Amino acid sequence: MRSPTRSLIQATFQGRHESMASNLIKSNTAAESVSGPPSSGDYLADSVFRAIALTCAALIVLLIAYILWEIGGKAVPAMREDGLGFITGTTWNPNRDQFGVLPEIWGTLYSSLLALIIGGLFGVSIAIFLTQDFLGSRVTAVFRTIVELLAAIPSVVYGLWGIYVLIPLLRPVADWLHAHLGFIPLFGTELSGPGLAPAALVLAIMILPTVAAISVDAFRRIPYKVKEAAFGMGTTRWEAILKVMLPTASSGLLAALVLGFGRALGETMALAMLIGNSNQISLSLFAPADTLASLLASNFPEAGPVEVRALMYAAMVLLVITFLVNVVGLGIQQYTMRKFEGKK
Amino acid sequence: MSRLDQISAAVLEEARMSMPRLERQPFERRAMKSGILTGLTWMVAILGSIPLFSVIYMLAIKGGARLDLEALTALPPAGFETGGGFGNAIVGTLVMVGIGGITSIPIGILAAVYLAVLGPYSKLAGISRFVAKTLTGFPSILAGVFTYAILVINFGYSALAGGVSLAVLMLPTIVLAAEEAMKQVPQRMTDAAFGIGCTRTQVIWKVVLPTGLPGILTGVMLAVAGAAGESAPLLFTALFSNYYLSGLTEPTASLSILIYNFSAMPFENQIQLAWAASLVLVLIVLVFNILARLFGRPKV
Repeated sequence: MRSPTRSLIQATFQGRHESMASNLIKSNTAAESVSGPPSSGDYLADSVFRAIALTCAALIVLLIAYILWEIGGKAVPAMREDGLGFITGTTWNPNRDQFGVLPEIWGTLYSSLLALIIGGLFGVSIAIFLTQDFLGSRVTAVFRTIVELLAAIPSVVYGLWGIYVLIPLLRPVADWLHAHLGFIPLFGTELSGPGLAPAALVLAIMILPTVAAISVDAFRRIPYKVKEAAFGMGTTRWEAILKVMLPTASSGLLAALVLGFGRALGETMALAMLIGNSNQISLSLFAPADTLASLLASNFPEAGPVEVRALMYAAMVLLVITFLVNVVGLGIQQYTMRKFEGKK
Repeated sequence: MSRLDQISAAVLEEARMSMPRLERQPFERRAMKSGILTGLTWMVAILGSIPLFSVIYMLAIKGGARLDLEALTALPPAGFETGGGFGNAIVGTLVMVGIGGITSIPIGILAAVYLAVLGPYSKLAGISRFVAKTLTGFPSILAGVFTYAILVINFGYSALAGGVSLAVLMLPTIVLAAEEAMKQVPQRMTDAAFGIGCTRTQVIWKVVLPTGLPGILTGVMLAVAGAAGESAPLLFTALFSNYYLSGLTEPTASLSILIYNFSAMPFENQIQLAWAASLVLVLIVLVFNILARLFGRPKV
């Protein structure tokens, strides 16, 4: 709406300016005009550049469409062949062309849920710690750096750390729990090495920064007067946090948890190194398991064409699950932002 | 004492009894609860930082012990060999992150220009913004699956394929950070530029981009740091190689895949090298993170 008017104005200016400039040049050749309206070359460059920027923005949308198209297209033969049996099947045997991912779906959801419980608790507590005036600004900066560094450490390094530090540390604890509380299904098996517990713990460490960062944001969004009102009524610090701040921030915290869950679902390398890649469904924390992402990681490099199709199907399942979780998380986050923008 | 005094004393006493005590008592239940919860939060925060310190400690002890010139330049050792290093993996990681950066940085910044300046409220901008946000939560291995489907099936494993999969992961981070940075540019600056008759392109190149540059660079550096540490998408796009990079269409080594492969080996030598490679990888990632912070620091 704005541009035609402006270009009209500019065109008028241009015409007048040019005649003025030529007059100037005629009368005094030494004086050079430094400033001038955009030349037609400038306008051409403008429209070309804008077209390029538009294309790039469209490219992002095309990219995700292309990703869906490629993975989906390559998965179609396997979908036609295995159908829903793929999701309910429990064996993965490329030699017999038997492909089922129920154990992987179970392992993905179970490990992510465990990670979410631990990582969510820690993440939200750390967010409270960082935002509710427990610390001087310098100590806050130290803890914030720690959380950011946790996020910066690559997944494989956590995997390596898990294998050589966490599993040996967990083993005596796991043995004790299995020996004394083995009748509870959670502790039903021994920790033979890699398993669900170390995988879920490392996963919890990896999602902690995500949860903490989004939760900090949620607490920051609460207007300061809300907290002042609570303190003004004589609440202790924790009464204010538990009865006022947490409920007010609840939708933002929910978004943090959902997005953290989404991150946990798709995490690959640390899990491929720690979970044991065993195709079974077990409630036990110490049993080896498998996830969709680590199935892809461990089987793709050596897969034949038939197995690749099945793996594409598995990738599609993973994509759909993470996409749904992320859309829900982003939706809640948007809703929270609008809510507080309205109240200000 | 008169009767009146007695009565007034009793009334005063009663009033004192019924008055709430407004001072906080240190051992009151509410105060105790608050204190305990504060202690618990401290504990959680400290417990939460233990893994980081443990990782750093292990990297320094185990990785530092093996980090020498040979480790940085030699080729990976086979099974029972002693010595060796991961020079080719360092080169491979840098080259693939470079390919990823060259493709994703220009596209990402241009897309952000559209989202922030040219058409922030258009339908396309809304959709791309949403897509970019969903892509940031996208499992990195799916970028690998996608690249496998479009490149590896036809052309085989290569450094190019690895770079493309990293570009897919870097793009959304760059777009969102650059958009945010450009939105921080004060409206009056762009208005002033328009007011003296600049075209939109001139406003973007001469005002918005230079002013938003620190924020944009922060986003770019964070994306590069993330990509350098990424391994899942490289697993079956670049694969691995025991030799130095000979061409962009060959399978290529990377630090993260080397760590993954060596961590599962039963040989002490390989495991030591995996720790040393982790140290190098974390240092590379940290350098980019620190650069991001330096750029992002507001100018005084």
